[in-house]
Amino acid sequence: MSTSLNIGIRMAWRNLWRHKRRTWLTIGAMIFSNLLLVFLISLQFGSYRMMIDNTLKTYTGHLQVQHKEYNDNPKIRNSFQDIVPLADKVRKQLGSAGITAWVAARGVAFAMTSSEQRSYGLQIIGVEPQYEVNVSTLPGLVNKGRYFTDFNAEEIVIGSVLARNLRVDIGDELTLLGSGRDGSFAAGVVIVTGIFDSGNADVDRSMAQLPLGYFQSLFSMGGQGHNIVINAEDLTLVSALQNEVSSILGEREELSLLDWNRLQPGLQQAIQADMASAWFMYIILIVLVAFSVLNTQLMSVLERTREFGIMMALGLKPARLGTLVFTETFIMSSLGLAIGAALGTALAWYLSIVGFTYPGMEEMAGKFNLPDRIYPTLSLLSIFLGPGIVFLCSLLASLYPALRLFFLQPVSAMRAV
Amino acid sequence: MTSIVCKDLCKTFQQGDETIIGLDNVSITIERGDFVCLSGPSGSGKTTLLNAMGGLDTPDSGEITIGDVRIDELGKGPLADMRLHNIGFVFQAYNLIPVLTARENVEFVMQVGGMSAAERSKRSFKILKEVGLEGMEDRRPAHLSGGQQQRVAVARAIVSQPTLVLADEPTANLDTVTSSQLMDLLVELNQHHNITFVIATHDIRVMKYAKRLIKMEDGKIISDEAQSQSPIPLGEG
Repeated sequence: MSTSLNIGIRMAWRNLWRHKRRTWLTIGAMIFSNLLLVFLISLQFGSYRMMIDNTLKTYTGHLQVQHKEYNDNPKIRNSFQDIVPLADKVRKQLGSAGITAWVAARGVAFAMTSSEQRSYGLQIIGVEPQYEVNVSTLPGLVNKGRYFTDFNAEEIVIGSVLARNLRVDIGDELTLLGSGRDGSFAAGVVIVTGIFDSGNADVDRSMAQLPLGYFQSLFSMGGQGHNIVINAEDLTLVSALQNEVSSILGEREELSLLDWNRLQPGLQQAIQADMASAWFMYIILIVLVAFSVLNTQLMSVLERTREFGIMMALGLKPARLGTLVFTETFIMSSLGLAIGAALGTALAWYLSIVGFTYPGMEEMAGKFNLPDRIYPTLSLLSIFLGPGIVFLCSLLASLYPALRLFFLQPVSAMRAV
Repeated sequence: MTSIVCKDLCKTFQQGDETIIGLDNVSITIERGDFVCLSGPSGSGKTTLLNAMGGLDTPDSGEITIGDVRIDELGKGPLADMRLHNIGFVFQAYNLIPVLTARENVEFVMQVGGMSAAERSKRSFKILKEVGLEGMEDRRPAHLSGGQQQRVAVARAIVSQPTLVLADEPTANLDTVTSSQLMDLLVELNQHHNITFVIATHDIRVMKYAKRLIKMEDGKIISDEAQSQSPIPLGEG
């Protein structure tokens, strides 16, 4: 090392390699934990992103334009005018602005659905067939029959559980009875053209889709609807898209634009809960590494008691000796951080390109019309959060051995073997 | 100028149920530039007195003054500063820092004292040359003989130009020839740098180098005599 380098740092560096195996074992523990943390946190962030995307693409979308009271009070009357022209306007203006996004209008109502044998309550979603496929995975989940294509067709797509409960199949008729927007009696007969299987029994039991034109007619909606669903190309682009859509909506004060966080507050909570449980495991890992550092440094201090006694006799103060121990830990932790973070980043980067999967994942994802691989998301946070905490905890762990030096007496320390 | 004054020093140690007397009302005055040997059998209190004078151990009672400073009244920090700037130590087992080279061992104390790198380097090369270790500056202690290590320890002790050097059995681990060379060196440094040396020893050959020989027994001074130093073989050290 350079002769101009502080002797204290040189001494710390050389002290580390007095017991190469012990030092490498400790650094190895840091490297392993840092590698694991970078990989797992990146994978976790990637899986959250996928979870959010998958959940939102199934039905909710990244953004929704709604009547300002609809989110808190989702009644049929809380609708807004000219939903289809507004959806067209948003679609066109986003296209003109060069923003890739998918837009579809919907209406939502409740009705009693009856077959020849049975009746069930059900949520009816009126959709634009042409555009719904872009904002929802549900059309892709139709595994029997077909998804409707005509905006005004008297056709319905129902879930597999409902079809089984109603004992209907493709081509059978269903009677819908409900209340129109104006309080009038809504009644109609539709033909089952498709049966979907989302894998979620609740959805498959209680949700059905109709073409929006027929929906508006059935529920006396006029030109009204309840939400315009907007999907961004990527989750990271949502806030920019939100700003653009806000400006398009202009002065229509009866409307509000909600992002996915407002639409699906449970999603964020689920992520936070998962994050908390994952961090519990990470903390155990970090504490184990910190104890390894504590053990190494304590051993190192104890076996150098005589040496520390000599240095005190020469006039060094305990704080200076503590700094030496701290410097040794700093060097060791820095090596662990640099190597571990680099290896973890390399692994996560490779998997962010080829994807990460496990046995059975492809089959399950195919069934739900979802991506079959998780792609770890690398960011400064995912690279440095875990290793940074390991680094800090390692430094903290060296405090105890360093503080012991404050209680050392030169004469008794020099007598130590 | 008075270098060091010890007055009525008492120190006892507890060993199980037994109380061992380390120092029993020891009073001594050592002038600046003196070359004193403390002699006596093991357990006579030589090392205890040396430790007390160096501020490494505190007496149970009594006063120790170095220059104008009562070191028995100093706190840990000021005492450490006192040792760093005014007192040099040479130990029986050399006690060099094993991971540092000869030059770094010498420079280390100066760096702690806040001296600039250039000045440290200049002084360390000069002092190592003076103790006969020119060309060995970058060797670590493991690659130096016992005598050479003790010379590094001496260089380290005097490089900060202390007023007092305390040496505890400095020749105990050295052969006769090397011991003689080391003692010659200490006498030379005493004469050329006006550094006060207090050496604890029970080696009669070492005692002959002293200007003043103090004999101790059971923690007491039993004799304190001035004597003529052996001829100093300058230039042969």
